[in-house]
Amino acid sequence: MTNQTDQAQIVGRTREEMAKRLAQDIANGSYVNLGIGIPELVAKFVPDGRTLIYHTENGLLGMGPSPEPGLGDPELINAGKRHVTANPGAAFFHHADSFAMIRGGHIDLCVLGAMQVSKDGDLANWSTGAPGAIPAVGGAMDLVAGVKSVFVITQHCTKQGEPKLVESCTYPLTGRGVIDRIYTDLAVIDITAEGFQLVELSPSIDFDYVQQRTGADLLPIANT
Amino acid sequence: MIDKQVSSAAEAVGDVFDGAVVMVGGFGEAGSPIELIHALIDQGATNLTIVSNNTGSGQVGLAALLKAGRVSKIICSFPRTANSTVFPELYRSGKTELELVPQGTLAERIRAGGAGIPGFFTPAAVGTPLADGKECREFDGQEYLLERGLKADFALIKGQIADTHGNVIYNKTARNFGPPMAMAAKVAIVQANQVVDPGEIDPEIVVTPGIFVQRVVVIANPAFESELVAAGVSYP
Repeated sequence: MTNQTDQAQIVGRTREEMAKRLAQDIANGSYVNLGIGIPELVAKFVPDGRTLIYHTENGLLGMGPSPEPGLGDPELINAGKRHVTANPGAAFFHHADSFAMIRGGHIDLCVLGAMQVSKDGDLANWSTGAPGAIPAVGGAMDLVAGVKSVFVITQHCTKQGEPKLVESCTYPLTGRGVIDRIYTDLAVIDITAEGFQLVELSPSIDFDYVQQRTGADLLPIANT
Repeated sequence: MIDKQVSSAAEAVGDVFDGAVVMVGGFGEAGSPIELIHALIDQGATNLTIVSNNTGSGQVGLAALLKAGRVSKIICSFPRTANSTVFPELYRSGKTELELVPQGTLAERIRAGGAGIPGFFTPAAVGTPLADGKECREFDGQEYLLERGLKADFALIKGQIADTHGNVIYNKTARNFGPPMAMAAKVAIVQANQVVDPGEIDPEIVVTPGIFVQRVVVIANPAFESELVAAGVSYP
C-alpha cells in the first residue's frame, strides 16, 4: 500500500468514535462480551435507555466498570486481568459454565480486535506465527466459534499502512468464516456471501479512499 | 467421622510424585493457590505435567515452580504474561513442552475428564492451526473437532471457605477453574481462608460438593501474586 499512514491517522473516526458508532448497533438487553483494547471502549458509549449485560469469560455476568483507584479486589477481575466491579444482578460461575454460555450460543454479541479479517469472514487476531513468539490464544477461538454475532473493531490499516481487511489471512486463523461486521476508522463493513459489503462511510471519507486501503474488492452501497 | 482437613500445605502436597499430572487453579492471580504451589516447590516433585490457564507472573507461584525446573509439560491457554520471562525462556530452550488449548476447550476438557467423558466435539479452533491432527466431524452442517477429556493425579485449588467434608465456596472470579479441576483430579487439594464444621456452609450455596475434594487446608491470609511481585519476592 501507499505510505499514507499519517493521513490515515488524521482522517476518519477516532477510537472513541468507532466505539460510539458500534455501540449504536447493540440492542437493549443484549448479553455482550467485549475483548481487550478498543472493544472495551464500547461500554462507555451505550446509548441512554439501553442496558447491556457484560460477560467476562473468567466467570462473571453483570460486569461493571473499573473501581475507584485503590478499591480494586484482586479476585474481582476481567479477562484482561484488570480490576472490575460487579453490578447489581451479577453472577459468578466457573470456567466450564462460562464457556457453555459462549459455545452454547447464549451470548448475543462479541466484539474483538483483529490483525486481519478476510472477505470470507475469517479472523486472525492471536498470533503472527513469528518463530520464537510465545503462542497464546486465550478464549478467542471459543468466542468466535460460539457467540451469535461477532463484530470486529479495528483500525482499517496497520501502523505500517498495510490493509487489515484482506482477500485471505496470512496470519494463523482464530476462526474461519466467523465475522459478521467490521467497524473501522474509515467505514462500517459487513461480511456477505459476496465479500466485503460497505454499510457506511465515516464522515468525510469517500469510497475510493476506503477501497484503496482494503486488500479485497469492496462492494459499494447499492442505490435504492 | 469425616475430616478432610490437613494441618499444613506441606502435608497437603506431601505425596505428589515425580511425573504427576497436576491441575493448578487460577486465572492470573485470581484463584491462584500460591501457598500450595510454594509447598510443592519445597516438596521437590519434578517432571510434572501442569494443567493451568496461565504460566504465572514474576518469580512466585506457578512461575517459581516453572523456574525451579519441575515442569516438563504445561497444558495452557494463555502462557504469555506481561511481567514474567520464566516460561518464555523455558519454552524457547525446549525445556518445557507447551500444549496450547483454547480456553473454553481447556475448561471443558477438564470438566469432561471429571464427568467420565473421554472425548467431545467442539466448534472452537476449527480451521485454525490448533486443529492440526485432530479428528474433524460434521454435525448438522457444521464442523467440530474431537477433544479429549483431561484427568489429573492432583489439583491445587484456592477456595474461600471449606468445611471438613470438603464442600467449598469461592470468592468472586477466583472460582474460575477450581470446580472443574476438583472434579477431574484423583486428589483435589483445596486451600481455604477458613475451614468450618459441617453444617456451617448452607447446602444451597455449596459450589464444589465435598465428594470432589480430598484434602482441605487453612491458609488464613493467602498472599497475592501482584503483591509479592511488587515486593520483588522470588520464591524460594
